[in-house]
Amino acid sequence: MSSRPEFLAPPEIFYDDSEARKYTSSSRIVEIQARLSERALELLALPEDDVPRFLLDIGCGSGLSGETISENGHQWIGLDISASMLNVAVEREVEGDLLLGDMGQGLGIRPGVIDGAISISAVQWLCNADKSSHEPRLRLKAFFGSLYRCLSRGARAVFQVYPESIAQRELILRHALQAGFGGGLVVDYPHSTKKRKEFLVLTCGSVPTSINDGHKESGSDDDDDDSEDEENGMVCVSDRNRPRKKQRTNKKGKGREWVLRKKEQSRRKGNDVPADSKYTARKRKSRF
Amino acid sequence: MRLITHNMLSCNIKGVTNGFPLKIEAEKVIEKEVDFNPDFLKHMFAKIEWKALVEAARAMGYGELPEDSPDVAVIESADETFLKKLHHALLEIHLEEGALVCPETGRKFPVNKGIPNMLLHEDEV
Ligand SMILES: C[S@@+](CC[C@H](N)C(=O)[O-])C[C@H]1O[C@@H](n2cnc3c(N)ncnc32)[C@H](O)[C@@H]1O
Repeated sequence: MSSRPEFLAPPEIFYDDSEARKYTSSSRIVEIQARLSERALELLALPEDDVPRFLLDIGCGSGLSGETISENGHQWIGLDISASMLNVAVEREVEGDLLLGDMGQGLGIRPGVIDGAISISAVQWLCNADKSSHEPRLRLKAFFGSLYRCLSRGARAVFQVYPESIAQRELILRHALQAGFGGGLVVDYPHSTKKRKEFLVLTCGSVPTSINDGHKESGSDDDDDDSEDEENGMVCVSDRNRPRKKQRTNKKGKGREWVLRKKEQSRRKGNDVPADSKYTARKRKSRF
Repeated sequence: MRLITHNMLSCNIKGVTNGFPLKIEAEKVIEKEVDFNPDFLKHMFAKIEWKALVEAARAMGYGELPEDSPDVAVIESADETFLKKLHHALLEIHLEEGALVCPETGRKFPVNKGIPNMLLHEDEV
């Protein structure tokens, strides 16, 4: 793993002209950000009435996430602390309005006017103290407080984040809840270290019973370790990778060990399972 | 920056109680055509601070908006004359160069290449 950019320099320094250009010309990054933004929009759960909504893109960068908003027919305001990233957004003629600003200073937006907010790969930056005057807790508080106020009641905010640690994820979540938000974590691809993606889904105003958008596991073999219930929030593990993961077995099939384990599991549940023998998990001849 | 955004922005310098609306000092205004979507305008109408919009549009050289906020009947009517004006004012006029000025403190937020610089100084947070 390359080291995390937020440890290298403050965002407005790290995302300078050359990094902003590099970031936006990488087809891999463009594709990943588009996919994350698409998923975040889905989790925003806007009414399906074909009426465009007025959204915020926090840490909008060069406009990759905003473009997904436009493609879905909505209007947006993008906020970013890096002038270089915003310049690239201008060059790319994004449709949203851009603001140079620091989310840690709070959003200067009137109460109740925004229909929803997304933030893709940006909020983890807030947990750093880049200047001696920076106190991450105060900055998180200012940010979530102002975000809560500017959203209309019932609106959602969806953050895709790369928390550096469990403590950091908790810090972010705690400040969101303290600001008045309800909601919790949605995890896509929980079993893949590479593809695992976390979304903080927050609801403003109405009390959510649960945020249940993650695609639930349905099989019985999910007694692994994905129940990381946070104290306050709701954790929802979604199962987007399950089918692919099942296919990712060697050509010889899943192997004898796997079959034996599954049979044992099933036996423990009280099912009627054939006894193990030397034929167990053997491949049949192609002409059986 | 378009006026739909200006209408939502307020100055959040610490201690400022009335940071809305930011006064517009326009040096360069440009227009870009946008698809007309009456549903969006109807949706946004309730959120708009009318007086601020009329003043902002005037500062940008557009004086076609009625002084008083039209009532809902006008918004819902089949005659789209008003909605077309609202559309133009909110979505098609851009402040390219100039400044936004806090009504309470007089602090200027410069606008370059269409992007307002809303970064606060350390003693303003
Ligand atoms: C990895 S980029 C993501 C950009 C965009 N959302 C996308 O999907 O391509 C993270 C962005 O967050 C911005 N950022 C970091 N800290 C910020 C802050 N305190 N306020 C506003 N933006 C910030 C950075 O400048 C950078 O453009």
